[in-house]
Amino acid sequence: MVIKRASVVIIGGGITGCSIAYNLAKMGCKNIVLFEKNSLASGATGRCAAGIRQQFGTEMNCILARESIKIFENLSQELDYDIELNQGGYLILAYTEKEVNQFKKNVALEQSLGIDARFITVEEAKEIVPPLNAEGVLAATFCPTDGHANPFNTNFAYAEAAQRLGVKIYNFTEVKEIKTENNRIVSVSTDRGEVFTPIVINAAGGYSGEIGKMAGVEIPVYSQRHQILITEPVDPLFRPMLMSFSGNFYCQQTPHGSIIMGFGDPNELKGYDIGSSWQFAREMAQKMTAVVPLLKEVSMVRQWSGLYNMSPDSQPIMGEHPQVNGFYLAVGYSGHGFMLAPVVSQLMAELILKGQTSIPIDKLDIGRFERGELIIEPSVV
Amino acid sequence: MKDEIIICRCEDITWGEIRQALEKGYTTLDEIKRITRAGMGRCQGTTCRRIILREIAKFCHKKIEEVAVPTFRPPTKPVKLGTLAGDDGD
Repeated sequence: MVIKRASVVIIGGGITGCSIAYNLAKMGCKNIVLFEKNSLASGATGRCAAGIRQQFGTEMNCILARESIKIFENLSQELDYDIELNQGGYLILAYTEKEVNQFKKNVALEQSLGIDARFITVEEAKEIVPPLNAEGVLAATFCPTDGHANPFNTNFAYAEAAQRLGVKIYNFTEVKEIKTENNRIVSVSTDRGEVFTPIVINAAGGYSGEIGKMAGVEIPVYSQRHQILITEPVDPLFRPMLMSFSGNFYCQQTPHGSIIMGFGDPNELKGYDIGSSWQFAREMAQKMTAVVPLLKEVSMVRQWSGLYNMSPDSQPIMGEHPQVNGFYLAVGYSGHGFMLAPVVSQLMAELILKGQTSIPIDKLDIGRFERGELIIEPSVV
Repeated sequence: MKDEIIICRCEDITWGEIRQALEKGYTTLDEIKRITRAGMGRCQGTTCRRIILREIAKFCHKKIEEVAVPTFRPPTKPVKLGTLAGDDGD
């Protein structure tokens, strides 16, 4: 190891770790080191569907998502790398009366916060997505500024911009031990040597629980496989991300032409399995060919999976750990790490360097589980 | 090899694009695939994988068998979603 001493060590080379590295460096922090046990974007970021939405059911999530989109809109310029942002909107379909009522509330909240979402009829939904089979659809919501970006490009864009600002990124370097003394971070040992540091940021995604154990604390997160598949590229069929909570699916055509789709298996076991199953491919094909019958003629070329890092209320856990000074958590994104990264990385950098954030995130602290102050977000898959 | 030579025929990725990724320090097939899209098309790298592995080996002064091979992902051949949906699992 070339570096013996760092001001901050970040664990994890996904979008969370790389964007925090960039924002810390941009705010003037020197001597930042990032460790990634594999290569950049090899974990959840490079495996995600890369959707970006502002349609949430709690004020905090709406505000975070709204601010994240604003950063995404200028990110290609800011980082000097095309992140292939495509704002084709999110069309969220309601199949039950309960959803219709919830979506009306969501839209009222979103509009009050300046998000351009609207509640629409089935006919309007068909105008936005002409190949939609609207059978069973009662209504929908649409937000035209939601969309999608290329997760690889965004991850590499942050990493390269961070490196230009002096951040040292070590790929294929696995963290083995975190030393603490009197409840303070002292050092991080990897398979390539030890670095002394007062601050460690846990951005290890699916493996953040393991990193927590190394620092001597239990983080109430678990990992869970989510599968996904992609088709061959075809001519443009529809622009928005098509999504349903009760139907349990999401599906979007990327600017490249391929169509990406996934759903969450309620019976999925907790753990680190990232294999693929034919049962998933079959059920996915059944779901999406029913919603967009044209897709019957499109071929799947690849399927894979990645890990959601789930927290008890499916909301991120952010902030300094109350028992270990200098141990910061940016974990438990529960499937929303990519879309939130631009804003939460900025807030994490503010928290670490200034001790306060421009948007309050204190509700996302790890202490909320003990206090029983869980965040109830109705609009998650 | 000339920069304009197409290495990945499904995604139209040239040697120049792959060379640039290598020179930036991305020296695994997984990284090159993620940056350039080489190997992500209809044939899933059946054609270009070996060429890129050979070039990585040359660039890194390694033997080809020392270069990490990415995960092979199903299906082996493209399958229509209609065909997949119709499979009742028997």
